[in-house]
Amino acid sequence: MNRIKQILKANKKLLSIYFTAGYPKLDDTVEILQQLEKNGIDLVEIGLPFSDPLADGPTIQKSSEEALKNGMTTNLLFEQLKDIRKTVSIPLILMGYFNPVLQFGVENFCKKCAEVGIDGLILPDLPLAEFQEHYAEIFKKYGLLNIFLITPQTSEERIRQIDAASEGFIYMVSSASVTGSSSGFGTEQTTYFERIASLSLTNPQIVGFGINNSETFQLVTKYAKGAIIGSAFIKMLSEKGIAGISAFVGSIRKV
Amino acid sequence: MNYNVNEKGYYGEFGGAYIPEMLYPNVEELRQNYLKIMAEESFQMEFRQLLKDYVGRPTPLYFAKRLSEKYNTKIYLKREDLCHTGAHKVNNTIGQILMAKRLGKTRIIAETGAGQHGVATATVCALMGLECIVFMGEIDIKRQAPNVARMKMLGAKVVPATSGSKTLKDATNEAIRDWINNPVDTHYIIGSVVGPHPYPDMVARFQSVISEEIKTQLKEKESRENPDFVIACVGGGSNAAGAFYHYLDKPEVGIIAVEAAGKGIDSGESAATSALGKVGIIHGSKTLLMQTADGQITEPYSISAGLDYPGVGPMHANLFASGRGEFISITDDEAMQAGLELCKLEGIIPAIESSHALAIFETRKFNQNDVVVVNLSGRGDKDLDTYIKYFNY
Repeated sequence: MNRIKQILKANKKLLSIYFTAGYPKLDDTVEILQQLEKNGIDLVEIGLPFSDPLADGPTIQKSSEEALKNGMTTNLLFEQLKDIRKTVSIPLILMGYFNPVLQFGVENFCKKCAEVGIDGLILPDLPLAEFQEHYAEIFKKYGLLNIFLITPQTSEERIRQIDAASEGFIYMVSSASVTGSSSGFGTEQTTYFERIASLSLTNPQIVGFGINNSETFQLVTKYAKGAIIGSAFIKMLSEKGIAGISAFVGSIRKV
Repeated sequence: MNYNVNEKGYYGEFGGAYIPEMLYPNVEELRQNYLKIMAEESFQMEFRQLLKDYVGRPTPLYFAKRLSEKYNTKIYLKREDLCHTGAHKVNNTIGQILMAKRLGKTRIIAETGAGQHGVATATVCALMGLECIVFMGEIDIKRQAPNVARMKMLGAKVVPATSGSKTLKDATNEAIRDWINNPVDTHYIIGSVVGPHPYPDMVARFQSVISEEIKTQLKEKESRENPDFVIACVGGGSNAAGAFYHYLDKPEVGIIAVEAAGKGIDSGESAATSALGKVGIIHGSKTLLMQTADGQITEPYSISAGLDYPGVGPMHANLFASGRGEFISITDDEAMQAGLELCKLEGIIPAIESSHALAIFETRKFNQNDVVVVNLSGRGDKDLDTYIKYFNY
């Protein structure tokens, strides 16, 4: 069974981390993954850096720019990950923009993912209709789940379409915002979280965007299956490096 | 063959709407409404009235006698340089501001490279009393100080884009991010025939007034609606889309798109997308774009800020791929000489973008009886600094 589906069955709130491959240092990828697993992270999004990340705020933009400067490429990332399943067993998702995947060749990309043990993909700018028409079969062939996003503006009709097209979880964007905003969650968000929870969707939801501490993690997991932390983790990495991972995860998990 | 957009938002294999879900409601709202709104009689009346009384349309179709003599063919110039604000850009911003008002939007955002689209957007926002925020690369802000001042005088807020290469593509990224952050009250006025569907089609329709007028004017002057050739420069491609629009399905009209070769196609400093680009996704559209083998978008170069874009609108990508359009690239030097030549022969100082279109007469020969229309997309006032430096005036 796909590792993502398996972890979603666990009777706990999931904590997921996003980081940009090739940042802070080009060869950090494997060690970051090992540290995340060691510190009890449930699943990881590995970011494939892109020159024009238009849904991302300054922190992830900067990490992507640095990663590319460091020399990260799609081929190199697969090379770094080739033995990852010897030491890491938590679910791994690749997250990135569609153009680098298109240039690599979608089928070739999916094949490589399967070879190294990737469980799913998040490609925010690959729309639902395009995916279904052209790529769903390829994803299936290689056992990859495609994770779709919903936002506070997504209509119920479309949420139901996305739910029907999804396998695994739905990535629930917390607020109308690019990544890395830290204004906290008010009643507007909690109303939205409640609304989605009340839809009784087939797929569990994991909330991302704007989760940066224990308080926001606790809040969103009252309504959802889990939460994803990206920018706050990258900020920590840029300040403290890999040595800071243990304390960071501890600070999120504390109640 | 049909060279216009199909019901799914594609020109051949190009186009579509490759956008993150955060933008879906905005783009979908526009997609569902733009044709309906444009078809409303009250919209058309207001649009036409403003084009006439505010922009100064129809712009003349001018027979360039001395230029024609020199190149031994019949050259007409479509004088978009005489539009209010100095270029064709305002045709689109007038259309989109009326669209935004009908969609109930109160806040307008735009991207700009050289500042022409920014000025055209700030102008219509002043006209309609709407809040206006223009994103502009930090480097371009320094390079284009007069246009920054013009936007501010018109009441717009100019926000520097400090990410990436700090130029047009990054300003576009910032505008898209702002739209993600402000999904309800904001309309994004894209300045060219780029971006997710329906933008390329909507902008092309607003600019199509150019070829609509050429048809009528040519009929008066030459007793025929169709020229043998229509020529326009292409960065993103909005003036070209407007000049080509009503001729797309007329095979007897040759369509010539002129791209900026910069310092030469193989120099590493170029913006000739048809020659250097591959199929990819930029700003929500599948099109030809300049990129690395790994799919990272590369920074283009041209002396002309308006042609300095790493992609090309999906309509043009399809004209190129299908062979319907002839694509020619012109270097900085060729364009600058052609610009100066128009000054000397016709008393018109063209924008450097338009100078690229004029430069093809040196290499591309036409018959004596050919009727050739060049879209003179903008005037050269904004480029005086560049002309002065280049020619040491």
